[in-house]
Amino acid sequence: MPVSNSHLQALEAEAIHALREAAAVFRKPVILYSIGKDSSVLLHLALKAFHPAKPPFALLHVDTTWKFREMIAFRDRRMKELGLPLVVHVNQDGLARGIGPLTHGAAVHTDVMKTEALKQALDLHGFDAAIGGARRDEEPSRAKERIFSLRSASHRWDPRGQRPELWHLYNGRLNPGESIRVFPLSNWTELDIWTYIARENIPVVPLYFAAGRMVVERNGMLILRDDERLTLLPREMPELRWVRFRTLGCYPLTGAIESRADTVAAIIDELARSRTSERQGRAIDHGESSMERKKVEGYF
Amino acid sequence: MNPDRDGGLLRFIACGSVDDGKSTLIGRLLVDADVVPDDRRAAAPDLAGLLDGLQAEREQGITIDVGYRYFSTPRRRFIVADTPGHEQYTRNMATGASTADLAVILVDATKGLLPQTIRHSAIVALMGIRRIVLAVNKMDLVGYREDRFAAIVEGYATMAGELGLRDVTAIPVSALHGDNVMRPSAAMPWYRGPTLLRHLETVPAAPAADQPFRLAVQWINRDAGFRGYAGTVLGGSVRPGDEVVVLPSGVAARVARIVTYEGDLDRAVAGHAVTLTLDPEVDVGRGDVIAAAGAPPHLSDQFAAHIVWLGDAPMLPGRPYLLRLGTATTTATVSELKHRLDIASGAQRPAKQLEPNDIGLANLSLDRALPFDTYEDNRETGGFILIDRLSNATVGAGMIRFPLRRAANLAWQDFTVDKTTRAAIKGHRPAVLWFTGLSGAGKSTIADGVERRLSALGHHTYLLDGDNVRHGLSRDLGFTDADRVENIRRVIETARLMADAGLIVLVSFISPFRAERRLARERLADDAFLEIFVDTPIEICERRDPKGLYHKARVGELRNFTGIDSAYEPPDAPDLHLRTLDMTIDDEVERVIQALQRRGVFD
Repeated sequence: MPVSNSHLQALEAEAIHALREAAAVFRKPVILYSIGKDSSVLLHLALKAFHPAKPPFALLHVDTTWKFREMIAFRDRRMKELGLPLVVHVNQDGLARGIGPLTHGAAVHTDVMKTEALKQALDLHGFDAAIGGARRDEEPSRAKERIFSLRSASHRWDPRGQRPELWHLYNGRLNPGESIRVFPLSNWTELDIWTYIARENIPVVPLYFAAGRMVVERNGMLILRDDERLTLLPREMPELRWVRFRTLGCYPLTGAIESRADTVAAIIDELARSRTSERQGRAIDHGESSMERKKVEGYF
Repeated sequence: MNPDRDGGLLRFIACGSVDDGKSTLIGRLLVDADVVPDDRRAAAPDLAGLLDGLQAEREQGITIDVGYRYFSTPRRRFIVADTPGHEQYTRNMATGASTADLAVILVDATKGLLPQTIRHSAIVALMGIRRIVLAVNKMDLVGYREDRFAAIVEGYATMAGELGLRDVTAIPVSALHGDNVMRPSAAMPWYRGPTLLRHLETVPAAPAADQPFRLAVQWINRDAGFRGYAGTVLGGSVRPGDEVVVLPSGVAARVARIVTYEGDLDRAVAGHAVTLTLDPEVDVGRGDVIAAAGAPPHLSDQFAAHIVWLGDAPMLPGRPYLLRLGTATTTATVSELKHRLDIASGAQRPAKQLEPNDIGLANLSLDRALPFDTYEDNRETGGFILIDRLSNATVGAGMIRFPLRRAANLAWQDFTVDKTTRAAIKGHRPAVLWFTGLSGAGKSTIADGVERRLSALGHHTYLLDGDNVRHGLSRDLGFTDADRVENIRRVIETARLMADAGLIVLVSFISPFRAERRLARERLADDAFLEIFVDTPIEICERRDPKGLYHKARVGELRNFTGIDSAYEPPDAPDLHLRTLDMTIDDEVERVIQALQRRGVFD
């Protein structure tokens, strides 16, 4: 399904407007850079919004230590190219306790190494706004998000007590300890993201493109064994398949999809015919209303 | 670019209740446009269930909060604001409508036009939406009868005309079965118009009105000798060389460059996010508006506006709120509430305050003059929000109807003898001592003691007492929250005049609300201002009950009594905190005198 140019123009302008508001009204805003395609678009928009100056934001990556190695390599390469300051935060307490997705399961791992880690980082650096690439069409509870979304001093989201958001007037006023999550890409869809990546020629992690990769099938997901920590179970045999990733997270929790789409154009074509939702390969979403619960507790 | 292929983005709002089949209709649009993934379709019990995002919504089967849905067809990309039909519908509809180009109003063919149809249409009209689709749903339940459809359409036309809605397209549909949603209905051969989706694909988006150029400055871009003004074009268009004016300063300049990441533009139009440079480089800050020199916006510190009240606590005239308009923020009060709008009948009712979800017409008075357009001329530069100064919640949304010019006609007269001269004669600086606390806490007793001491020291004082003021200055006011706020405002202004005359003013007032005490502090900031919290536990006050008021309140003879059925908000950081149970009256008076000496009121 073609996505028109003029509507991407409108989405781009709306996102730039939100980014500029964030820069102007917050004391110390930060871009939550998670290395994925949405973060890549967000970063590109930030470069545009403040040209010829550099974006007046620090970048924060919450590293669970279980990201794909290709993600980390891509992150370091991009930061070097752009000359932007990056803060990497790991929940050292969680690391010392040996928390991981294989030993503790998706829920505990995500809670400790992502949600808790994010809250630690925001508190540690005193960031009063975190700008993220989340989109309303990703997941039903996200459809209810504001573009400027208030978090309590304990980083909680109150979905039933949100500030009404009218016109393009974003209320970023805070009481002590409160913070705001800013979502400039709220109105974008997955297809918009890829069409924009194509139009703007935005670099993304190569894992999004189909290639022959050694994967094992576990719990119905195709898992890429990115390092030795993932030990194979009896009768599990890695096999070479043509796969790509639709979203990127912690490698043991992120399923690949079988695909031959090895260019942005091929991905757009594949998406137009897709019958499944974007995050269906994410183990952390499954279970009753788990995204809403995670968001209430402070997850992005 | 082929305009037929590129319809751009259409934002619309769907209005109706659960019973009208609104969620079913949106669900049907999403399914027919083939944007619902199989795993999500399988997880939803029915079409309507596709839309419920929050756990509570799924459990209760209702929509609680505004949600946004996205779908596209080969012709156009759509954003649908899905708003609840019942709970907080005014607040949520106003939010959803504020960015919409078009409204789809649902009517249940079995029930016809209902009061809520009028309410929804009136809110949509008030929020400036001019294009309406009247979707007459559940046609399957009325045998797909043309006469039923025609009767509803005719009735609606009359009502819409009264609301000023002239662009109405009526379509008979069955959301459940899909008739006339995407595919034309075989069951209604008498209907020859477009299907709903076809109409939405082809209707022009918001008319590219002939607006003059507007840009609200968001951010000053400074980079190695570069100075530009970043903002979104909120109306009209701009080219390099255009003459512009910067407001509120009124300084004139020309646009030098339109800077973007891709290179300079030779034209930017409404909706573009750009960075302008000006020639000459004049002084511009965030909150300023850069506008076409030949057609500048209004500039005033007063205007009349419709206000939709979103807050949980009522809007009180006289209470200061933060007003956000474009990228500017200032303090504003409602100086006069003209009426409350009865949405169902269109009647204008007198009102002293606005309750949650009320709509009213009011005059607003701002701390400084801001540039603006009327909402009718430009939604982006004529719409504002009000923010509570303590909670920082968004409590109101406003649409400016017309500017008021009173401020321009009332010049401030300067006189030769000023406050300093008068203070020199008195031998002390003016001051305001603001005693707050519950009825019976001992405010008047302490104030009386302080006044006697000051008088003995040869200082010129005056005591404004809550009860005494009620006999004269505020004789016309009662004890509702709105009247209390107005009462305090009068006392603040009176104290201000007396301080200006050189007096030490003692104000003995319950003054239960933080917002008004804060207003007092700000209005009296030029003088020594002391907020003195006379802190006596309510049990003690009630036991003392010097005027028998607690008793009356307890037996229900007295309403809105502070501490009983009306709130007292204790000060967070008073200048003096007198805990009366631990002190004698002499201690208390001495503390106040010392505080005045420390503030340099006298030696």
